[in-house]
Amino acid sequence: MSATGQARSMPQRGVLLEALLSNRVVLCSSVLLLAIMLSAVFAGLLTGTDTFLIRPRLRLRPPGSEFWFGTDALGRDVFALVLHGGKLSLLVGLLAAVSGAVIGTAIGLVTGYLRWLDPVVMRIMDGMMAIPGILFAVALVSLVGPSLMAIVAAITFAEIPRVTRLVRSVVLSVREESYVRAAEGLGIPPLLVLLRHILPSCIAPLIVQTTYMFAAAILSEAVLGFLGVGFPPDIPSWGNVLAEGRAVFQRAPWTIIAPGLFLAMTVMAVNLLGDGLRDRLDPRLSRAAKVSS
Amino acid sequence: MNTSEPILRIENLSVALPAGLDRSHAVRDLSLDVHRRQIVCVVGESGSGKSVTASAVMRLLPEKVLRITGGTIRLEGEDVAAASPARICELRGNRMAMIFQEPLTALNPVMRIGDQIAEVMRIHRPQIAAESVEARVIELMGDVHLPDPAALRRVYPHQISGGQRQRVMIAMALALEPALIIADEPTTALDVTTQAQILRLFRELLTKHDSGVLMITHDFGVVADVADHVVVMRHGEVVERGEPEQVLSRPVHPYTRALIEAVPRFRFRYRPERLAAPEPVLVVEDLTLTYRSTSLLGRKRETRALDQVSFRLAPGETLGIVGESGSGKTSLAKTLLRFETPDSGRILFRGDDVAALSGCVLRDFRRHIQMIFQDPYKSLNPRRRIGQSLTEGPVHHGLSRADAVARARELMELVGLSPDALERFPHEFSGGQRQRICIARALAMQPSIIVADEAVSALDVSVQAQVLRLFEVLQRRIGFAMIFVTHDLRVASNICDRIAVMKRGRIVELGPAQAVFGQPQDDYTRELIAAVPGGVFEVAPAA
Repeated sequence: MSATGQARSMPQRGVLLEALLSNRVVLCSSVLLLAIMLSAVFAGLLTGTDTFLIRPRLRLRPPGSEFWFGTDALGRDVFALVLHGGKLSLLVGLLAAVSGAVIGTAIGLVTGYLRWLDPVVMRIMDGMMAIPGILFAVALVSLVGPSLMAIVAAITFAEIPRVTRLVRSVVLSVREESYVRAAEGLGIPPLLVLLRHILPSCIAPLIVQTTYMFAAAILSEAVLGFLGVGFPPDIPSWGNVLAEGRAVFQRAPWTIIAPGLFLAMTVMAVNLLGDGLRDRLDPRLSRAAKVSS
Repeated sequence: MNTSEPILRIENLSVALPAGLDRSHAVRDLSLDVHRRQIVCVVGESGSGKSVTASAVMRLLPEKVLRITGGTIRLEGEDVAAASPARICELRGNRMAMIFQEPLTALNPVMRIGDQIAEVMRIHRPQIAAESVEARVIELMGDVHLPDPAALRRVYPHQISGGQRQRVMIAMALALEPALIIADEPTTALDVTTQAQILRLFRELLTKHDSGVLMITHDFGVVADVADHVVVMRHGEVVERGEPEQVLSRPVHPYTRALIEAVPRFRFRYRPERLAAPEPVLVVEDLTLTYRSTSLLGRKRETRALDQVSFRLAPGETLGIVGESGSGKTSLAKTLLRFETPDSGRILFRGDDVAALSGCVLRDFRRHIQMIFQDPYKSLNPRRRIGQSLTEGPVHHGLSRADAVARARELMELVGLSPDALERFPHEFSGGQRQRICIARALAMQPSIIVADEAVSALDVSVQAQVLRLFEVLQRRIGFAMIFVTHDLRVASNICDRIAVMKRGRIVELGPAQAVFGQPQDDYTRELIAAVPGGVFEVAPAA
């Protein structure tokens, strides 16, 4: 009869910020991520205006004082391409992660709470998980054209079932808590019970899952760009900068090293951030089996 | 008293708590001896340091948090605190073994019980041949009175009852004939009849295996039944010790006296006016509820949770529902609140049948009947302020926010808490305070009926007594009817006008409390009453 139950972890306001600052890995990765994001947002200021000028005379210059990351096969400044490309890659990642989280949460909450809906929706989710994400994205983009919306939608589609499963599992356990029963007993309608009493318990795992999705979405966008079904070549993103560098990388490795490095650093930073947040928000899992995204 | 060398000798043990808590030590200056063939009970409420003591002996303390700062623990003369980790592993199981409170979680769910008992032997005595291990498993299972050991050792933990699981745990503890068995609340999770059997078993095995038992408990009934020596602890310090007869009947320390006084005992109240009301607030007729589940292989299982249950509830009356686990008590409570929909039968609330309501009509009905749950740590949303929890229901049913807050403040005072508490979060309160908050939340709806499902079972006895008193006062002032579900007959006798005894989904006996407990008509009721721990011990009135 010791004071059990007292030690429940209770994410309250401020805990997230505290989590960011108290863990060195989380701190480093968020600083790195912030730097990459800022460099993308202020790419125009950092690289000047004549960014994508095609200058055949200057093609495939190695990195130096004039062009920090060298130039590509068309004589474009790779530094500028990478910074501007980050804008699009990060935007796709962010949009896909957030919309995946929102849609997946909504479906997960409802299916977890309404028992009769559960088998139907979960079989649909199983079906969605059975479709290879990249294949679906290639199909969708070639069908409707390579717009931002189409690419985000394609990536989101693949992430929804994962979020749904996660949220549903949390709902299934929380709905049995007596405080949820108590709320039902007070005559609170289902929607309010879901939003007030069940959703808050999903937030911590959701934040973690969203960071993983963010990293996965950036990679997916890069893969699409690399396969040539992403954004058109004149709009730089990490994916299509890599794709263009592929043709010349034996002579000019810097054309793919620079965007590759940014991509790798971003994904690593996001994943480390997710790991750190998970350890902080869910002490039960800390340093136990790592879930790779 | 035994004069030979004690099995366990604890001298001046102190365990420090991390800095910044309300006290510096979890255990301070504790000394006790356990001799062969002796059961020593350490009694105390939550936070008394009794479980820390048990863990210290087993060297199971989280050493970074709880440090042993003084004293010695000697097991058969050997200093446990100084032993190497390898030696500790040898001692655990071989010379000392621990039995935990929750027999389901302490057993591996995916391992046959016979294998689990055998595992202890295989690890500590690898030289024993497989056949003799098997024979020993069967012998041990016989020792703890498990039926048909040869067949039962092939089943999994979930296929046997709670009492049987606890017997398996005991068999595991006994496997290597340890000198010392530490039992931490070994019967708290069990039904009274099972508890009585397990306690008898301890006594019997002690004599047979020549070992000593250190039993941690909060229940003076258990102490009265089995203890040879009692140590009463409070805030980590021993306040009283001695022979159980002396401690129970002539407690010296005021804390011991208060604790013993708080132990619920059979006490009846007679309020004939409660039963005389002409118009019942609730009439239940032939209520039947069946749980259906389909196993992985498609086999259908049906469990009859409620079987033709009928009763009436007068306004302002308290009806107790008693029975063992699995008797359908909680199913009945859930069905009355319409968390479950009955297969058949009627629930007439002021004449209207609510058994088949759904949607908005059901939600509207729910404000008339409110539930108070067993676990006060789980029945308040940890992320919402007390005020939010208390006003949510009334506001939803049309009360203005200002009025709801005013009502909440009033209710907080009514249940004995400060209205400032509305701004705080549940984790800032103790179990007893949380249960008061839950009562306030239920009352905020101004219900006609309150269903309390084991509402005081998770509380310490002294807190339990306070909450029971609170129920009584509130009922007198507000006048709601109450259905009080409990497994504890003593608690039921204290608060209920009438008692319904349930067994396997049926009400086997229903009548005024005094009649049911005084002249039980049904065999099952008699069995239940006989099994109440320490049922007969009497205490001299406090000076």
